[in-house]
Amino acid sequence: MKFVDEFRDTEKAKALTKAIQKIASNLEPKLTKPLQIMEFCGGHTHTIFRYGIEQMLPDNIEMVHGPGCPVCVLPMGRVDDCVALAENPDVIFTTFGDAMRVPGSKKSLLQAKADGADIRMTYSPMDALNLARKNPDKEVIFFGLGFETTMPSSAFTVLQAERESITNFSLFCNHITTVPTIKAVLDSPDMQLDGFLAPGHVAMVIGERPFDFIALDYHKPIVITGFEPLDILHSLWMVLQQIEQGRSEVENQYTRIVQPNGNTPALEAISQVFEIREFFEWRGLGSIDHSGVRMKESYADFDAEHKFAVPNLKIADPKSCQCGEVVKGVIKPWDCKIFGTKCNPENPMGALMVSSEGACAAYFNNGYHEKKTA
Amino acid sequence: MISSLPKTKFSGKTITLSHGAGGKAMHDLIDDIFVAGFDSPELTLLEDQARFDLNELNKLGNRLALTTDSYVVDPLFFPGGDIGKLAVTGTINDLAVGGAIPLYLTCGMIIEEGFAIDDLQRIVASMKATADAAGVRIVTGDTKVVPRGAADKLFINTAGVGVIAESNNILANRAVEGDVVIINGYIGDHGAAIVDARGELALEISVETDCQPLNDLIQKMLTSCPDIHCMRDATRGGLATVLNEFAASSNVAIQLDQTNIPVREEVRGVCEVLGLDPLYLANEGKLVAIVAAQDAEQLIKLMQQHPAGKDSCIIGKIEASPQGKVILETGFGGNRIIDMLVGEQLPRIC
Repeated sequence: MKFVDEFRDTEKAKALTKAIQKIASNLEPKLTKPLQIMEFCGGHTHTIFRYGIEQMLPDNIEMVHGPGCPVCVLPMGRVDDCVALAENPDVIFTTFGDAMRVPGSKKSLLQAKADGADIRMTYSPMDALNLARKNPDKEVIFFGLGFETTMPSSAFTVLQAERESITNFSLFCNHITTVPTIKAVLDSPDMQLDGFLAPGHVAMVIGERPFDFIALDYHKPIVITGFEPLDILHSLWMVLQQIEQGRSEVENQYTRIVQPNGNTPALEAISQVFEIREFFEWRGLGSIDHSGVRMKESYADFDAEHKFAVPNLKIADPKSCQCGEVVKGVIKPWDCKIFGTKCNPENPMGALMVSSEGACAAYFNNGYHEKKTA
Repeated sequence: MISSLPKTKFSGKTITLSHGAGGKAMHDLIDDIFVAGFDSPELTLLEDQARFDLNELNKLGNRLALTTDSYVVDPLFFPGGDIGKLAVTGTINDLAVGGAIPLYLTCGMIIEEGFAIDDLQRIVASMKATADAAGVRIVTGDTKVVPRGAADKLFINTAGVGVIAESNNILANRAVEGDVVIINGYIGDHGAAIVDARGELALEISVETDCQPLNDLIQKMLTSCPDIHCMRDATRGGLATVLNEFAASSNVAIQLDQTNIPVREEVRGVCEVLGLDPLYLANEGKLVAIVAAQDAEQLIKLMQQHPAGKDSCIIGKIEASPQGKVILETGFGGNRIIDMLVGEQLPRIC
């Protein structure tokens, strides 16, 4: 398949693996622990497991699977809010598919649907807007979820609804921001990361510059990375080169998509509709300052939080969960006390077991149940 | 039971509750749509049961095979097929993959009030054509009409009876180290066609369902290679699910080579866009067989000469360990374990 197979070429993969191994063996004498490279984005985690990339890496390079899976980090209280909104008989609640299974404190959206709520999977917020046009007697709520990657489509949909004066459409805004979250990971006392693969599709929107602080203030190499397996290997090689040469810079591997300044119309739409929240609660990471956005007052008519009474209760993560430590690379999923036992993909306790993009679910589904099998 | 009723002509454009009430309207429906449509000697007798000559069955084999399946696909008509073709094919295939020669089918229909007669006739004609082509007969049936909203348009249940020849013994627990895994063509076509036909995604693809009876192909396979160890059709849950069933039942590992698994470009495209995995997409005309390595080459050649098997190939092999696991060599240099799906395949956000 054109524009896909080129980025999955076995021969190129072999050459890159060899180049990675060479740098890794050059670095080996200086290392006191394996190098830890974090891929922030759940999309990268998915690719890494889907292509078995970890097995292709030398022993002294460890991938740490970061918190960039928006489904995983959704706190139970927010899912409860979704269920409460969806159970309103006048509401059609629309959501991206993989948010359906995320457990709330009482039920998931999938269970709420089975109990009679009108919940529909959509592939784009524009589909939700279409539903609003077709069902003028119902309120159609779109569950806005994800990092800067999905923020523009939510913003453009709200702007479109405003232009067409569609009054029965609203957004339940749970969008989150990348930079404060990476900063929270970097500020954590037990952090021991050596470099980052930056999320390519977030960078497509926000550009390269917002990542500068990682290189300048924290002196960590960071490479903006695409989502095909060769992109991952190529970017890992670029990070390792920076480490070997003692550099810490923001480099862009995903040049076929990411412009240095990002996508101006997308950024304009975001800033027109959204504003930063003081803090946002994350599953597994707790509250992070400025890590979420809400809708501006001027778009209150399209804001589900404004139009409906949202319970907004804080539900604490289960105490036994060690998602926070896994996300920071302090422990591996199988080191967690409840991994694969009390916490499994059928009954996820922790954030990272929820979506296939979460590190724990990826480990479990791919058979990495204990250290020796990895 | 109803032959004494005066013969009238079925009329009307839609099914109403009276068509399920047991009275004259129902008999007209049965006579004019089902008995006429399926046109089998057993059905024409209009007894409460179909009757078979055991001596005739005995000549075909030493075991009777019986299976049932219900069909609730939405939409009812999709590229390359419809619920009727599916209902006949699916049950034929469930018999055939056990080595049975499928002979007779039942047909139970649950119809929602208001269903279009034209659509019902199209579906009955499709069932008849599919059954004829596969050499099976629809011999008895049942009709229920339920109020609007109590069923989604039309549900069909078919049960099937077949006979298994003495010479074969196909079981999920018979895979042994050294065996190879065979498939009869491209995977995921049915799943992709249904996603497309639902029209929610405005995809521009031209994939048709692979819905096809496999009994003729399988009987030819068994003539050439009576000792097929395991065989199932990869329907819901796709290739991945069937292979997991084999690995678990036989206590073996199945090693797959991704580069050998046939997937059409369009199906790959759908999966790339939606974040789905073709290994888990449904098929309705794909068999997965495990045979001894020495039998494989000749068997594949024979399968490739059959219209239902022209893209047959070897996709993997059986190894001793890790027991119960299906492992995919990704074609990129790594491996991953292919597990059963936990729930439904859900598209990813971004």
